[in-house]
Amino acid sequence: MNRRLLIIWCLIIGCWVNTYADTLDIVAGGRFEKINAALAAADSGDVLRIFPGLYKEGTLIIDKSVTLLGIDYPRIDGEEQQEIIRIIADHVVVKGLQVQNVGTSYTEDRAGIKLDGVQNVQIVENRLINCFFGVYLKQSNDCRVVANQIIGKAEKEMSSGNAIHLWYCKRIEVRDNVAEHHRDGIYLEFVDDSQVTGNTSSFNLRYGLHFMFSNYDDYSHNVFQSNGAGVAVMFSRNIRMNNNVFQDNWGMASYGLLLKEIYDGEIKENHFIKNTIGIYGESANRLIIQDNDFQSNGWALKILGSCVDNTFTGNNFLTNTFDLTTNSNNDYNLYQGNYWSGYSGYDLNRDGYGDVPHRPIQMFSYVVGRVDVSIILLRSLFVDLLNFAEKVTPVFIPEGLMDTQPLMQPRP
Amino acid sequence: MLKILKYSFFDLSRSYWSYCYLLFFLITTTVLLYLSQDPFKVMVSLLNIVLILTPLIGIMLGTMYFYNSREFAELLLAQPIKRTSVFLGQYLGLSLSLTLSFLLGMGLPFLFFGVFGSDHTLDFLMLIAVGVLLTLVFTALAFVVASRFENKLKGFGLAILVWLSLAVLYDGLMLILMLVFESYPLEKAVLAAVLFNPIDLSRILIMLRLDISALLGFTGAVFNAFLGTTQGMLVAFLALLLWVTSPVFGFLHVIRGKDF
Amino acid sequence: MIEIKDLYKSFGKNQVLKGVDLTIPRGQITAVLGPNGSGKTTVLKSILGLVVPDQGMITYQGHPLDKSGNYRHQIGYLPQIARFPDNLRVRELFDMIQDLRSEKSDISSLVENFKLQPFMRQRLRNLSGGTRQKVNTILTFMFDCELYILDEPTAGLDPVAMIKLKELITNRQEQGSTFLLTTHIMSLVEELADHIIFLLDGRIHYHGPLQDLKSLHGEANLERAIARILESNGDGSTKSKSPTHA
Repeated sequence: MNRRLLIIWCLIIGCWVNTYADTLDIVAGGRFEKINAALAAADSGDVLRIFPGLYKEGTLIIDKSVTLLGIDYPRIDGEEQQEIIRIIADHVVVKGLQVQNVGTSYTEDRAGIKLDGVQNVQIVENRLINCFFGVYLKQSNDCRVVANQIIGKAEKEMSSGNAIHLWYCKRIEVRDNVAEHHRDGIYLEFVDDSQVTGNTSSFNLRYGLHFMFSNYDDYSHNVFQSNGAGVAVMFSRNIRMNNNVFQDNWGMASYGLLLKEIYDGEIKENHFIKNTIGIYGESANRLIIQDNDFQSNGWALKILGSCVDNTFTGNNFLTNTFDLTTNSNNDYNLYQGNYWSGYSGYDLNRDGYGDVPHRPIQMFSYVVGRVDVSIILLRSLFVDLLNFAEKVTPVFIPEGLMDTQPLMQPRP
Repeated sequence: MLKILKYSFFDLSRSYWSYCYLLFFLITTTVLLYLSQDPFKVMVSLLNIVLILTPLIGIMLGTMYFYNSREFAELLLAQPIKRTSVFLGQYLGLSLSLTLSFLLGMGLPFLFFGVFGSDHTLDFLMLIAVGVLLTLVFTALAFVVASRFENKLKGFGLAILVWLSLAVLYDGLMLILMLVFESYPLEKAVLAAVLFNPIDLSRILIMLRLDISALLGFTGAVFNAFLGTTQGMLVAFLALLLWVTSPVFGFLHVIRGKDF
Repeated sequence: MIEIKDLYKSFGKNQVLKGVDLTIPRGQITAVLGPNGSGKTTVLKSILGLVVPDQGMITYQGHPLDKSGNYRHQIGYLPQIARFPDNLRVRELFDMIQDLRSEKSDISSLVENFKLQPFMRQRLRNLSGGTRQKVNTILTFMFDCELYILDEPTAGLDPVAMIKLKELITNRQEQGSTFLLTTHIMSLVEELADHIIFLLDGRIHYHGPLQDLKSLHGEANLERAIARILESNGDGSTKSKSPTHA
């Protein structure tokens, strides 16, 4: 009975709030022709409808809990100068705007839309074109950045900003955005308990996704393609990385996924395709790397000796030039039950696992690790002989590094 | 010359060797394609076969053919035909017959298993092109060796040595030098060194298709500029063609001053 | 018909010809004689262009030998040993040579003379040495040439074939052909040759008509006359570097 009463009360209050929430239209020839004018007149809870047009009004400071609603993408222009929208109030919604032309600065982090110390703000379905930083969240919690298109014009790493930049935030949802041509597509530093889902981050100068000092985050179903250096996840704990695509990240310092000082994460059902290095691990510990596809990479895995207690299982290694390489004589990770397209063993008892263990490291990958130009000798008879000799009498390769249960068929 | 080519080819087309060679490629290619559904794996296996066998067979059969047709060549030389025409004709006859064996041996299974028209058509065509060029290079080298040395034992020894050098020793030496000079920028030197070995050149042409992800993982601008572009492929092809023509001119030069 | 001037040739360290001058007279049969290694074959091959001389000049019909080898249209050559492509048939070989020279020839009478009909469809690798030599002979005589160069033409021939060969040589001579041949069989020389060239140690020791050689040494027998030359030179074949005795 009490509960039903509560619901009725809520509805009544909702209606009351709604009735007193005004809609202010910003349109040429209307009551408000400037957004600033409407903002000044608005109260918290009002909706500002911005009609198509070109608005050049300096920096818009949103200090009330209003909704900025663009109709057919009105263009808010920063004239290659200042920041465009700065939100310093909670519960603000920014939707359907085209925010464009934020100038480069070497002294301040100018953004298309900046959230500064706020909560429950939503940035939805905007276009951010040619902004120095795109959407910038600073010390903000419980916000959503959804379905924005953030397309920059970055040319040099030094003079470019990130498409989506999160700094000291908690419980943020970053979903279904497109981030292109910035320094980093998505940047998280000191961000906990957040979700990065369904984004497409490509053609960024540095990383598609850049994680630092952030814990208990999920990122899944994202596509990271053709970024300068791939995806970097560093100095973080308990990160879940599932169902992402890492593709076409080429270059000496380029990775599908760079893991550095990472603990207790999981990496499942991702696709690593045509990267110079699929996963590069340095001091990555206690990770579970499971059911991923590694296809046509230069190196599927480059796992340094500082990586310990990781489990690689159920992965498909398909036609990579090298499946695995390391820099150490010892290896303390577990490789078991993976499919290796280079496996040449047999399965007499028909249990689906090869009867002889597979050693995924080739002698030659060591040589290439030492002198990189020696890659030119790949697939030569001499190198084949070298690999064969090492296989027969291992000297350089960690003796225990093998998959004792190699799959005979790739996992579907 | 065309007449000599015709008769050399005619003679060789009835030779037991040509059929062995044809059958070998036919069987290996068929078995590989039949057993493995993965075209990448087939490519890698075939690449090894092509890189090792076409040079070896080319240089051995070339040497053998030159020595065996020594007296016949003498008969031809007493006819009103130019010296260089006689040997150019014989060279072309031999390389044509080896090429045909190779083409049929690899091409028929490709056709049968529907490789052409798939995503890998270009890869396989490249493999065939490389095999043909290597055949031309190594039969020419065989003619150089055999025309230079009257002694068959010496000739065969040297032919094997040439093959071994280019197929294995050259790469070994390159690797040792790379390790010794590892602290220097080696990209240009390495690329230059590759141009001097037809087997390496052929290997790289195929690798540009198979392992591009790994090849492009290098800082050296020269390396990337060469390997990452069609220009690199063109240079490699041109160098291979040079590798065909220079030994041909080489043995023709030896032939001009040779006594029969 | 052929003039050779100051011909030198060495194979490695072995100086084979040391200044040969000679003239081959037209329409005659000239026999080049000399011990093994005296340079007979080298002289023949120099004329054919098979051997490239170190020094000296050869003219054929007054023209220096040309590289295209067109003058060889006028020459039939019988090599000492003949080997053919293994997989060809005898018939195909004859057709091939006609095709290569772009000349037609009716070889049926030659084939009949040397009794080669049964072998025409056989592969050359299956032939015996004697049969090969017959094939070789037919190849030489299948065209009417100004000049025939025969290197040991009788080697491996049976007596019947030998007689046929001699007939062939005299027939062609009567038709105006010139012959240049080497042989070790003195009776053949006496029977056929008009002219003798005696080579020893890379030099010419006699060059002139057969009759003159015999009378010069006062010997009716050619073999003895030649033995006399050899005696007067000591054991010439081993002293290749010593100067000629006065």
